[in-house]
Amino acid sequence: MAFESFSAFLAMEGHGPYVWTCYAVFVVLLAGMVFWSAKRHQATYRMCKRSHDQQARKGQAKPKAAATFTRVEISQD
Amino acid sequence: MWQFFHKLGSPKWFFGIANRFMPWLLAGGLILLAAGLVWGLAFAPKDYLQGNSYRIIFIHVPSAFLAQSIYIMMASAAVVTLVWRMKLADVFVKSVAPVGLMFTFLALFTGAVWGKPTWGTWWVWDARLTSMLILLFLYGGAIALDRSINDEKSAARAVAVLVLVGVVNIPIIKYSVDWWNTLHQPATFKLTEKPSMAMEMWVPLLLSVLGLYLLFGWLACLRMKTEILVRERRTRWVKELVLAGRK
Amino acid sequence: MHPIRKKRLTIVIFLVAGLAVAVGLTTYALRQNINLFYDPTEIAAGNAPVDVRIRAGGMVEEGSVVRDTESLAVRFRVTNFTDSVPVEYVGILPDLFAEGQGVVAMGRLNNDGLFVADQVLAKHDENYMPPEVADALEKSSKGQHKSPYADKAAESQAY
Repeated sequence: MAFESFSAFLAMEGHGPYVWTCYAVFVVLLAGMVFWSAKRHQATYRMCKRSHDQQARKGQAKPKAAATFTRVEISQD
Repeated sequence: MWQFFHKLGSPKWFFGIANRFMPWLLAGGLILLAAGLVWGLAFAPKDYLQGNSYRIIFIHVPSAFLAQSIYIMMASAAVVTLVWRMKLADVFVKSVAPVGLMFTFLALFTGAVWGKPTWGTWWVWDARLTSMLILLFLYGGAIALDRSINDEKSAARAVAVLVLVGVVNIPIIKYSVDWWNTLHQPATFKLTEKPSMAMEMWVPLLLSVLGLYLLFGWLACLRMKTEILVRERRTRWVKELVLAGRK
Repeated sequence: MHPIRKKRLTIVIFLVAGLAVAVGLTTYALRQNINLFYDPTEIAAGNAPVDVRIRAGGMVEEGSVVRDTESLAVRFRVTNFTDSVPVEYVGILPDLFAEGQGVVAMGRLNNDGLFVADQVLAKHDENYMPPEVADALEKSSKGQHKSPYADKAAESQAY
């Protein structure tokens, strides 16, 4: 340990505010980047999964709908 | 060799590789970075001249290192984008640009806070500081350019050209302290020469540089995976992947 | 390699090479403006303009610092171990300011060759070491009347 006590460690012989500001900003930004990236990945993955799940369900309900052309009768009245 | 090169361009193949490496990158990065920072903050001896304010070096130098390395990697990927039109290269450039921007900002910010107690000023327009500020604008410009063009392919080419043009700034940053009179001192942490630093200060610095590199590797993999999912969401392999519930 | 790719690669290489040459020439032409400060040799040779705000940089000469007892005024000489320039400054000096330390002063050179500074910044080198090591180094080099960084300073004369 380069310091005698915990308060000496915090004070850093008067340079504490400078050193701790730097470390705080560094940790906050880096952690922020990690969480933001992880969150965005999760959201993207869920979005993909949702749309493919929906398609899969649709496909099961009407197995031939995607493969054949069926005329849709629209009632005019 | 070319076959390997083209395989490298396959997003599906990249997904598999990234998944295999990511846990190791994250764990290794966090352990090394934490070890380096705790050692540097609490156990490394103080400097004979600057006292304890020099402890900022343990985040300042790694951030500056990454800021420049990421740009060099982006420029290499830009060449691949322009010449081989490889999708993965463009995905890389787009995914890591914000990370590079963050590290450049961190290098400038920690440098300013360190400059106040040691030099007596937050900022001075010397060649090193100014060229680093230009790097910040280059990252910002690449991100803005990418967002302003809707077409994916045109955006990729425009960004690649911008990144490539900006690469001349990298040797200027590196050698500014040797070519011109600057307030900033020459490099302490060198890869090729003996470090101009006591061993018990250099080892924690090395640990945090390595840790940050690994952490960047993890971030790059994760962010590239996100971008690939966005671009390839309609392909068969992504469909199979998400339906099987694999990440 | 595919001929189209080869062509693209050539274009890319020419683009970067041309740009590097252009930037290289520009920075070479502007080197006087890119230099943050004039060193004492340039000032002694009369290369620095008189009565224009410039910066002067070098080492604070050992034994040259004279502090005014009543005010914050201080006089010292900035040297690069070949030439030296007298500097006058009123104000608070940075913590790292000391004899034998690097310094960059901002101000004007008057007609008598005195540099009147309005800002003094400390410049340090890239060497970091624990205090005990620095003491030991100083002791071992005392015999030769040399500061531990005289070698480094002599080296950095070749700006």
